[in-house]
Amino acid sequence: MTSQSLTPPVLELRNLVVEFVTRHGTLRALDGISLSIAPGEVLGVVGESGAGKSLTGAAVIGLLEPPGRIASGEVLLAGQRIDHLPMEDLRHIRGKRIGTIFQDPLTSLDPLYRVGEQLIETIRTHLPVSEQEARARAIALLAEVGIPASEKRIDGYPHEFSGGMRQRVVIALALAAEPELIIADEPTTALDVSVQAQIIAVLKKLCRERGTAVMLITHDMGVIAETADRVAVMYAGRVIEIGPVRDVVKSPKHPYAKGLMGSIPALDERPERLLQIEGAMPRLTAIPQGCAFHPRCPHVMPRCHEARPVLEAVGAGQVACFLHEVGQ
Amino acid sequence: MTIPSPSTGPSSSGDSLWSRIMAHDLTYLFFRSPLTVVAAILSVAIILAALLAPWLASMDPFDPAQVFLADANIPPVWQDGGDPRFVLGTDDQGRDLYSAILYGMRVSLVIGLSGVALAATIGITLGLVAGYLGGRVDAVIMRVADVQLTFPAILIALLVNGVVQALSKGTSRETWAFGVLILSIGLSFWVQYARTIRGSTLIEKNKDYIHAARLVGQPTPLILLRHLLPNVIGPVLVILTINLGLAIITEATLSFLGVGLPPTQPSLGTLISIGNKYLFSGDWWIVTFPGLTLAIFVLSINLIGDWLRDALNPRLQ
Amino acid sequence: MLAFIIRRILQSCMVLLTVALLAFTMFRFVGDPVAQIVSLDTPAEEVRKVRESLGLDDPVIVQMGRYLYKAVQLDFGISYQFRQPVIELLAERAPATLELALISSLLSLAIGIPMGVYTALRRDSVFARVFQSISLVGVSLPTFLIGILLIYLFAVTLGWLPSFGRGQVVTVSGRWSTGLLTASGLKALILPSITLGLYQMTLIMRLVRAEMLEVLRSDHIKFARARGLTTRAIHFRHALKSTLVPVITIAGLQLGSIIAFAVITETVFQWPGMGALFLKAVQNVDIPIMAAYLMIISALFVTINMVVDLLYAFVDPRLRATIKG
Repeated sequence: MTSQSLTPPVLELRNLVVEFVTRHGTLRALDGISLSIAPGEVLGVVGESGAGKSLTGAAVIGLLEPPGRIASGEVLLAGQRIDHLPMEDLRHIRGKRIGTIFQDPLTSLDPLYRVGEQLIETIRTHLPVSEQEARARAIALLAEVGIPASEKRIDGYPHEFSGGMRQRVVIALALAAEPELIIADEPTTALDVSVQAQIIAVLKKLCRERGTAVMLITHDMGVIAETADRVAVMYAGRVIEIGPVRDVVKSPKHPYAKGLMGSIPALDERPERLLQIEGAMPRLTAIPQGCAFHPRCPHVMPRCHEARPVLEAVGAGQVACFLHEVGQ
Repeated sequence: MTIPSPSTGPSSSGDSLWSRIMAHDLTYLFFRSPLTVVAAILSVAIILAALLAPWLASMDPFDPAQVFLADANIPPVWQDGGDPRFVLGTDDQGRDLYSAILYGMRVSLVIGLSGVALAATIGITLGLVAGYLGGRVDAVIMRVADVQLTFPAILIALLVNGVVQALSKGTSRETWAFGVLILSIGLSFWVQYARTIRGSTLIEKNKDYIHAARLVGQPTPLILLRHLLPNVIGPVLVILTINLGLAIITEATLSFLGVGLPPTQPSLGTLISIGNKYLFSGDWWIVTFPGLTLAIFVLSINLIGDWLRDALNPRLQ
Repeated sequence: MLAFIIRRILQSCMVLLTVALLAFTMFRFVGDPVAQIVSLDTPAEEVRKVRESLGLDDPVIVQMGRYLYKAVQLDFGISYQFRQPVIELLAERAPATLELALISSLLSLAIGIPMGVYTALRRDSVFARVFQSISLVGVSLPTFLIGILLIYLFAVTLGWLPSFGRGQVVTVSGRWSTGLLTASGLKALILPSITLGLYQMTLIMRLVRAEMLEVLRSDHIKFARARGLTTRAIHFRHALKSTLVPVITIAGLQLGSIIAFAVITETVFQWPGMGALFLKAVQNVDIPIMAAYLMIISALFVTINMVVDLLYAFVDPRLRATIKG
């Protein structure tokens, strides 16, 4: 058995910078993202919309939409750099080694093809199996994601499935080639509250069984608290805190993370009032100098205006805030 | 994975046409597209030339006293047999082609603009009424629009032409050809405006400011004109531009087919029609120069229209 | 499915009825039905008798019913100019128009769709830009000017192709005169069908391009990319199919209008079809022909539209579901 420390993380981002070149100048949408996901681990990525969560996912699988591009930094899949691979090599990684689940199951599937046809084409794109084998595998996958009578439903069209069922199909598609990593981008946001928990449960169970790592992008802290092993909190294109889920949810260190966690009502406590962060996240065109959060921060210090804090180890996690600088 | 566009913030999401234009940096995009700039310059030049025809032309082709049959079918000045008085040559009646094109452009432009204005007026009115009142009025108007949409504009225009001709037995074509062409174009092109306006009206009429206006007891026509119209008129701009090109083509086609303007009031289409008869005998200039003018003008308008449509389409930003 | 077909047929009948009403109004009030039968020197007494025998003194609604009843049996009255039943004149010229329209449609689809797909997929390539520019020139040049240009180039200057007429035609099964079976007939078809098809081709190309660009931005294509499918599968299996579904409808409408557009092409090339006949009718105020042409064209449109709608249902499973339900 190889020792734990020798196994490289499934995914590692090193100082990833994504930029958009527009006629108003170059916008930095992701500014030095560093994080890693261990095999079988579920990493939650949280933040407000526009913080760069989805963009991080898109950058990993090489599907940034122009004019977006990776300006610098590295993306490593199981220790190998993939950010500079040619398009065709990246394509072989997508679907095969990294599965993806998008937000809206209603529009993720091609309405003109049967569910089975889409599964079979995905399986056969990545695995050397015959049509029959692929079909058998597709039926098994559908059964695994909890679609009853899967050998019949496989010949249905997407519009014949409910939203929750379609998202199960999408999960089956993401798992079709047994990937090492799944990037789930807001997988439950578009669904009814009643089915959200089921979908998360299915995703969690299947990934645990297979040892598949998950990058779970969401703004739903409840889902994170229940599902993730570790959490990365993003703000204005930067990771401002990352650590084990218990620590970050129960005792967040960064003032922004505190505000974010404070905005979830807990059932077992009765807080006087929910915490709220003043103001709104800056637009990409107007990210403040120094710490991007300083204009809204209740603990702002003079140096926050000038210098940008970097992620530093605090306890079991890392925080990018001068309040928690070593030695303070 | 959408990136917030820096140019469209909450400050610029106002509904008035002007603020929308500013939000899209139309001027910036305009100068970024050299082809559009060229097209705009050409269009303006042609429109100016048409407006200033009496001063730019060397003769008035409508004035029989200035036209002599002896000067018929003279080639352009650089060819053998050319005459320095007629730079681009003459047509079969001895009219100076250069002057005839200037005046013909004028005729085409007036008919095109009036036809489009008529079509827009009919379409916008019916669209507003159909969208705002809904119910049976809406059903009738839109059904008529659907039926008409199945026929190409040129067919409608021909029919209108035929009917008017039948009803005006005996009177000379000169007296009504102008009006009938405008009417034909107006009745052929209104549907697109009606559909567009109706669509936006259906959305706008449920907004608070309309409810408010109704609650204060403002009369319906006032609500339609003062409140609704300014908020739904935006997309019409693109249709207007593209339709102007189509209208000018329609006029030219009708005149070419011999049901438009008579040879005594030549538009570009009439001139091309005349030229077509002499093409086989080698008199190429009569058809070429009016045809070229028409093609360049319509192409320029369409280039502007195309650009405008892309520039105003938020999804292509 | 049956309910859908019946509903569509009823809708089509409504459209046809509206058009028929219009045609009747033209026939009865704009034209003068008596003029079909009498000449200028017919005594007044006889004219009155003719009026009576034609039932022109009956209530309008009765006349309308009679007109419709006759129209259904393809009796559209007598042409003023030719003193011949309108239906005979139209039937004689129908093959010329239909063959021209068919070839033009095929041409515009066969070239327009691939060009549209190409310009959408290779948006920034040189060829795509060239195609885009050509298409804009195509919609900007009036059909008659294109026809004249082609005649001047290929008939007058080069002398390769005939400039007018259908060439040699062969009569098939006693009624249909076709130009598709002789070399000269085929040669004569080339220029007119290019002229007629060019405008539709550019429209279809622009339509396919716009639609395909839209589809390429859609979520299911993004997801197909994320699934790691080959570019080929994404473009031609998924994007193209989604593109062609809405294109079918509009292409159907366009092809319908080709028949009416033929008026211009037939005039330029002196093509002996229904369009040229209609134009002559407009010029000479031959109301019965105008009314009949209007109805026949709209019947053709309606039929094409219905076929297209049914075709649509076979391509799009979502629609098939709503039709069944």
